[in-house]
Amino acid sequence: MEQIKVLLANIDKPDSTSIDTYMAGGGYEDARKALTTMKPDEVTQLVKDSELRGRGGAGFPTGNKWSFVPKNAPKPTWLLCNADESEPGTFKDRLIIEKDPHLLIEGMIIAAFAIGSNPMSYIYIRGEFYYGATVLDKALDEARAKGFLGKNIFGSGFDFDITVHRGAGAYICGEETGLIESVEGHRGQPRVKPPFPAVIGVFGGPTVVQNVETLACVPLIVRNGAEWFKSFGTPKNTGPKLYCVSGNVKKPGVYEFPMGITIKELIYDHCGGITGDRKLKAVIPGGASAPMLTPDEIDIPLNFDALMKAGSMLGSAGIIVLDESVCIVDAVWRLAKFFAHESCGQCTPCREGTNWLESVLDRIERGEGRPQDADLLLDMSENIGGKSLCALGDAAIGPVISSVRKFRDEYLHHVEHKSCLPGTTRYRRLDMPVAAH
Amino acid sequence: MADLQPDNPYAPDRFPDPNKHVEFPEEAKKRFDWILTRYPTKEAALLPTLHLAQEVWGWISPEVVHYVGNLLDLSPATVFGVVSFYNMYNQKPVGKYHLQVCTNLSCMVTRAYDIYDHLCEKLSVHPGGTTKDGLYTVVEVECLGSCGTAPVVQVNNDYHESMDVVKMDALLEILK
Repeated sequence: MEQIKVLLANIDKPDSTSIDTYMAGGGYEDARKALTTMKPDEVTQLVKDSELRGRGGAGFPTGNKWSFVPKNAPKPTWLLCNADESEPGTFKDRLIIEKDPHLLIEGMIIAAFAIGSNPMSYIYIRGEFYYGATVLDKALDEARAKGFLGKNIFGSGFDFDITVHRGAGAYICGEETGLIESVEGHRGQPRVKPPFPAVIGVFGGPTVVQNVETLACVPLIVRNGAEWFKSFGTPKNTGPKLYCVSGNVKKPGVYEFPMGITIKELIYDHCGGITGDRKLKAVIPGGASAPMLTPDEIDIPLNFDALMKAGSMLGSAGIIVLDESVCIVDAVWRLAKFFAHESCGQCTPCREGTNWLESVLDRIERGEGRPQDADLLLDMSENIGGKSLCALGDAAIGPVISSVRKFRDEYLHHVEHKSCLPGTTRYRRLDMPVAAH
Repeated sequence: MADLQPDNPYAPDRFPDPNKHVEFPEEAKKRFDWILTRYPTKEAALLPTLHLAQEVWGWISPEVVHYVGNLLDLSPATVFGVVSFYNMYNQKPVGKYHLQVCTNLSCMVTRAYDIYDHLCEKLSVHPGGTTKDGLYTVVEVECLGSCGTAPVVQVNNDYHESMDVVKMDALLEILK
């Protein structure tokens, strides 16, 4: 499969963040077209027809999400952009924000028009992306100066403006109700659903939360039509898609392909294969939450449905490649540590369970494991999964369960021989003190 | 209550010193007024106001918690609850250079722990600690969203990508 430049068409241009560069490529014409020649329902229908699915992780059909917004809600409707890109292995939204911010802004204008958003909207960007926030602020100023944001945009009578809202370092705020809480100025602890955000979201109004990449697709759909968008990928898994490849590969980075390139093709044909030409051990296909795949499972297309069928998920398309030299227990411990750190503390199974997973994995790695620990990990995972308000608990057990099932030998080796499997490396030093969460 | 752990909300250093007066400088006041116009409720301005306060004072002291609470009609407990929930609000002073080493999986397999351990040893600090001269604070952080150019070290607001121990040493020479 050939690499494409659709969503990333602008990023290599010199001065790609300036509005002049963006407009020279036909920028903001799609928003003008949508606002002046189409009705909001027509835009929503167009996005539905394109079969665009959310790029943030869940893969929910975007057009359907927009049509759930009630028409006569007593409170104003809100559009929020989720730029809290914190899933380990994912770095695609950052590329769009830092290199082509106007594509995102134009997508937001069209989306806001379709859902009948009130005149203010927020881009929730993770606090660490300080540079990205400054790029966005500058781009927003440019768009305001041209009249693309503000009152009566394109003479259509539609008022709309965007504020950059910086997060402050919490993975959980990428969960949509956690994000909503955080925009309201609270701790980012997810809400009980229902009511879903489409009914009661931020500030009590109906709310649509969309990922950066999803919104970036919208102007392209308006420009080229739903059929064009569907010409990429396979039915139900349509469109150009950004894949983030990291870990033990020769050429890591963001790659754009029609949705459905296989993992094997991506790693070996485009990323130059494994570092040091070592053998592959495992691939995490969709960010830290996605269950691992072994080398004989990687000949599958990277789309929502195929990976779901294989017992994993596309998630945010953050592909982490681990070679044969990686100690799998150590790798899974690092992910468990992440989830223990990021659990918001609201639901007991997740708050306690993620910490237990981390400490049991740590003791196995230190050679203090017990023979029954592999099963203990599975048992604990069972008591976390599906027992919390949001998906963080389920995310935390993904790598644990899959690694215990697929690499049980390695776990048992640690318990029996009190050391890593010969030929594998532990990357951290066990004598270094570990900071508290 | 007896032990004075840094996270203990009853620890004496959690209470504001009545003799210390904090107030935004003029520039920051203007910025704060602008922030208020962007949100439908005062409470929603809490996160950006705390970012602003951290820019001004470098950390969120108990006095700042009370000051921000007063500005936004929130109780100090509410403000402190938010400050302690989010990672990026410093609950104690940090060094001039806040060295934040990502050690999550993609960075770990590209040897981020080597950089982290090297920093702790070279600067003789414990994880999360600050050097005696107040120049550097070293912390291990979770994924910074720069996995394609791992390992990454964030110094204050800036990313330094594709790092290794040698590059880190060279960077330390510049950060003085």
